[in-house]
Amino acid sequence: MADLADLTIADMRTALARGETTAQALAEAFIGRMETHRRLNAFITETPERAVEMARASDARRAKGEAGVLEGVPLAIKDLFCTEGVRTTAGSHILDGFTPAYESTVTANLWKAGAVMLGKTNLDEFAMGSSNMTSYFGGVENPWKRRGDNRKLVPGGSSGGSAAAVAALLAPGATGTDTGGSIRQPASFCGIVGLKPTYGRCSRWGTVAFASSLDQAGPFARTVKDAALLLQAMAGHDPKDSTSAPLPVPDFAAACGGDVRGLKVGIPREYRVEGMSAEIDALWQTGIEMLKAAGAVPIDVSLPHTKHALATYYIIAPAECSSNLARYDGVRFGLRVPGKDLAEMYDNTRAAGFGAEVRRRVLIGTYVLSAGYYDAYYKKAQQVRALIARDFKQAFAQCDVILTPTAPTAAFAAGDKMDDPVTMYLNDVFTVPTSMAGLPGISVPAGLDGDGLPLGLQLIGRAFDEETMLRAASALEQAAAFSARPAGF
Amino acid sequence: MSIDVDTVAKIARLARLRVPDADRPQLARELSGILTWIEQLNEVDTQGVEPLSSVSDVTLPMREDVVSDGGIAAKVLANAPGGAVYLEPADPNAGGFFTVPKVVE
Repeated sequence: MADLADLTIADMRTALARGETTAQALAEAFIGRMETHRRLNAFITETPERAVEMARASDARRAKGEAGVLEGVPLAIKDLFCTEGVRTTAGSHILDGFTPAYESTVTANLWKAGAVMLGKTNLDEFAMGSSNMTSYFGGVENPWKRRGDNRKLVPGGSSGGSAAAVAALLAPGATGTDTGGSIRQPASFCGIVGLKPTYGRCSRWGTVAFASSLDQAGPFARTVKDAALLLQAMAGHDPKDSTSAPLPVPDFAAACGGDVRGLKVGIPREYRVEGMSAEIDALWQTGIEMLKAAGAVPIDVSLPHTKHALATYYIIAPAECSSNLARYDGVRFGLRVPGKDLAEMYDNTRAAGFGAEVRRRVLIGTYVLSAGYYDAYYKKAQQVRALIARDFKQAFAQCDVILTPTAPTAAFAAGDKMDDPVTMYLNDVFTVPTSMAGLPGISVPAGLDGDGLPLGLQLIGRAFDEETMLRAASALEQAAAFSARPAGF
Repeated sequence: MSIDVDTVAKIARLARLRVPDADRPQLARELSGILTWIEQLNEVDTQGVEPLSSVSDVTLPMREDVVSDGGIAAKVLANAPGGAVYLEPADPNAGGFFTVPKVVE
């Protein structure tokens, strides 16, 4: 059999079912790789002992004939999901010493399906960032490098650790969360598949909150089918999250590989933005041709409010963040920095605990929600959000899926774009509108740029129609036949 | 909208987030830059548009008004950064308190 780390999740399931390998052997193979490639800083906390223990329990379940959908599959978990008994940091200093006494619904679902936890992956602090540079635990290194250039590149963010781990074969799959592009953009930067499901598909319970009306968990994997298998296990109605959709979970994996003949693929003309690289534009055209060759029908659609989506996002997300992050006050968990009285303790704790980007967003959020400004900023943003959602509704009256680039650039060097927050925000220009409308999106690696870096294309689906999106994504994957790997992994 | 250092101080106070004096001018510039950028939304005609606060179509579900959890004070207090005080040290789940600096003299 091939190297265990090379196996896809689908292959692992087969190999495990045939008795060609064990969950323990798989766990040990990935534990070894995590240790070898620590310089990537993909993990904040490795949990090798727990992995072996869970793998042994999985092998015992299999022996009894009780195998779940992901029985024995080792996974990396973004350190935003609370894991019982394993410290959870959200990439922030303010959660210092926090060990949850409960398990998030998404991870509980994965363990119920038989998956094994390898560790907790690095991320931008509280998932706020597009480069993984805002993590209190240091940036993550993208396993990819430009050809003939040894400079470290960022893996994207915020789920940068998860994306880097999957790209470097430190895990066959991982969880992420996506608020404005935090799964799709790092997937594009790292040459893997990243899927943000419809808002409400996965429970938010037990996941550290950033912007509650946008946050949604989803999977990373190397193939579309693997992502579908992971989503299958992660998704499902949860009474503990009032926004969790009371809908059955379809057989997502079955949607992969289906026929796309006659499928109408919307091409939004507003996504040809200023500053987008010519290579990405060319790749987008190639993607259109590929789907056309598979029998799909490209259709011009219009999403007129696209250019205002980012500004809308940077009102709504900070507003919700300033409210969600009010709970970090040094009283019940995490960091406490003493003060002469209670108010000073709050002030000191939050000043010491939050990094620069989180502080900026808490302050912006506080400002736009403050008396006298609420209508001018927050209400206005919610109105524009309604228009963005309406754009998609109208587009989907004409088409079944929408094809766009995932990000306007390939991975950039660590330290670039750090001077001006707004420049960094532009990374999310193609992913934010989908988030604002709550729709599912998936990034599929579709080619390499002139420097040898991976580029992704995004497919967007109707609400709760991940299946059609997966069908198109899998056709695109097949046609693109992306097989490049970062050197040295 | 341009934010000055006094406004930074005011919103920092509202956010209970101490911002050192030395950081205020730079933050004022950054926040002003972000706000100027987001003011492009003024171009959008939103007359009569209902604000969208959530994309989930479902009405908030109701559940039976019964206790569904509890008796886990030890878990609730397990991460208390200032240490917890238990009502009955022999039975942490009987209840307890987080500790904070003295509020009332």
